Amino acid sequence: MKASLSTRGQISRSLTKPKWIRFIPVYLLMLPGLAYFFINNYMPLPGITVAFRSFNARLGIFGSPWVGFDNFQFLFATQDAWIITRNTLLYNAAFIVINTTLAIFLAVILNELRGKMKNFFQSSILLPNMISAVIIGYIVFGFLSVDSGFFNTALFPFLGIDPISWYSEPGRWPFILVIVNAWRGVGVGTIIYLATLVGIDRSYYESAMIDGANRWKQFIYITLPLLKPTIIMLTLLAIGRIFFADFGLFFQVPMNSGALFSTTNVIDTYVFRGLIQLGNISMSAAAGLYQSVVGFILVLTANLVIRKIDRESALI
Amino acid sequence: MMYKSDRIFNTIGHIFMSLLAFFVLVPFVLLLASSFTAEESLIRYGYNFVPREFSLFAYEWLFITNGAVIIRSYLMSFLVTAVGVVLSICITTPLAYGLAKRGLPMRKALTFFVFFTMIFNGGLVPTYINYTQVFGLGDTFWALVIPNLLTNGFFVLLMKSYFTTNIPTEILEAAEMDGAGEFRLMMQIAIPMAKPIIATVAIFVGINYWNDWINGFVYLVRRTDLFTIQNLLNRIMQNIQVLMQTADLGTQAAVGLARAPLTAIRMAMAVMGVLPIVLVYPFVQKNFVKGITLGGVKG
Repeated sequence: MKASLSTRGQISRSLTKPKWIRFIPVYLLMLPGLAYFFINNYMPLPGITVAFRSFNARLGIFGSPWVGFDNFQFLFATQDAWIITRNTLLYNAAFIVINTTLAIFLAVILNELRGKMKNFFQSSILLPNMISAVIIGYIVFGFLSVDSGFFNTALFPFLGIDPISWYSEPGRWPFILVIVNAWRGVGVGTIIYLATLVGIDRSYYESAMIDGANRWKQFIYITLPLLKPTIIMLTLLAIGRIFFADFGLFFQVPMNSGALFSTTNVIDTYVFRGLIQLGNISMSAAAGLYQSVVGFILVLTANLVIRKIDRESALI
Repeated sequence: MMYKSDRIFNTIGHIFMSLLAFFVLVPFVLLLASSFTAEESLIRYGYNFVPREFSLFAYEWLFITNGAVIIRSYLMSFLVTAVGVVLSICITTPLAYGLAKRGLPMRKALTFFVFFTMIFNGGLVPTYINYTQVFGLGDTFWALVIPNLLTNGFFVLLMKSYFTTNIPTEILEAAEMDGAGEFRLMMQIAIPMAKPIIATVAIFVGINYWNDWINGFVYLVRRTDLFTIQNLLNRIMQNIQVLMQTADLGTQAAVGLARAPLTAIRMAMAVMGVLPIVLVYPFVQKNFVKGITLGGVKG
């Protein structure tokens, strides 16, 4: 009785007042978060135009003279634009292929293991993911430091190999960075694939075993097809992000060494150095905008594909 | 029921994973062992997994001889992490709660407003100019906190979908009938039911704050007294680089200098930077795994 009365009360109220008035408290609760996004993510957007200006700190962004596409012309006239684009794309592509393969492999093994150690293994491979890039840089330095690193002072003399000056030989860095990234990132992928594997009905495997399928056949004909949707989804998401590099990895691990830039400079480190170390704000902004726009297009494209495959998993 | 082939596979699997775990964890041992090695021994023989000459010198130097700097930066790290996590949760939760509210006018538009931050970003330069020139954030404590509060809408939307799927509307409506206001609904019904996701988000945000070195690097130019432990580590690393690069030019004196910021001390500081993470890891690991699984499916 009471409920129906109050419902009628609400109806009459909603007839006299617009609907949103009732929701004012909700809007108030949301206000700090929305204001934050406005400040942190929307207010800087007009500042993007600094890429089309010759920036002068005294005049500010909007007082600086307009130069059209000059910054972009300068940027793409240099070798740098090509190098940072190539590096960003190739490293991310390598990371996707290698980390996905490793993660699936480890997830399958972990999923089959019985016993208490499983949890320990899982925790171990996840640990490097929780460490800051600076400290990753220190650890790698401990191995590679030219005159006190473990490789040059202990391992190589033992194996009879000549010391290597790691931080001035760019050719070695694609391997180093791929290994460091796998060490750091494989745990996350493993956890995600493991979560999918845990959900697979064991009876598939039981009937396959009755039919005499060995482990490899089970993997090829049961596990892999069932993992396929997750693999495709994660890969597409990663492809959508392929224009954005892991700044910490590429800045800290090669120790910002100029001699290595040909193989370690990516768009994110280029933008950062332009802004913080060289003070070339316009050029840095041009590279940043190039990344934002191409990155945005890639995210949208990847999403369009995901949407075609599985509507539920799409971001938009 | 376990077949013989299963037992063999299980054994091989355990051996393989043990080896892998060993290789994953052993780099941390290098860090730890080096920090406990005598300085002269490090300079002569380099970093190793076993201290050739055990010494507590690095830690003595850090905490006794030069205690002020390291302890201040350590406290700063804790302070930034604590303030950051609390503020972040206080902002994220109500926003997520609101976005999950059924029948809210403009709900779709507001969700898109939050979502758009995940797919388009102005980038470092405009953000930097905005914070330094408009808000004067440069060289302040808040420079370490504000840029990382909600880097994008990801956690808000994660929490929002938790609210929509795990909190029955009937419960909220029933409480509303009883005259509970919106704030009470959120505090007394929604939040207690959403504890797991709030804990997960808090852990991710906390780790992110503890590990952050970029904001201090970008925004703290003069106020190095505000440095966190990560900023300090980063600064030392930068100095080594400068010295190494001058060493490349052939100045032999610089090579000696590059060693001078004391190898063992550097490693001891890095150990101090990892320590809190390793200590809380067993407690947060479960939530961390849950966060990865939840987040993995969507972005």
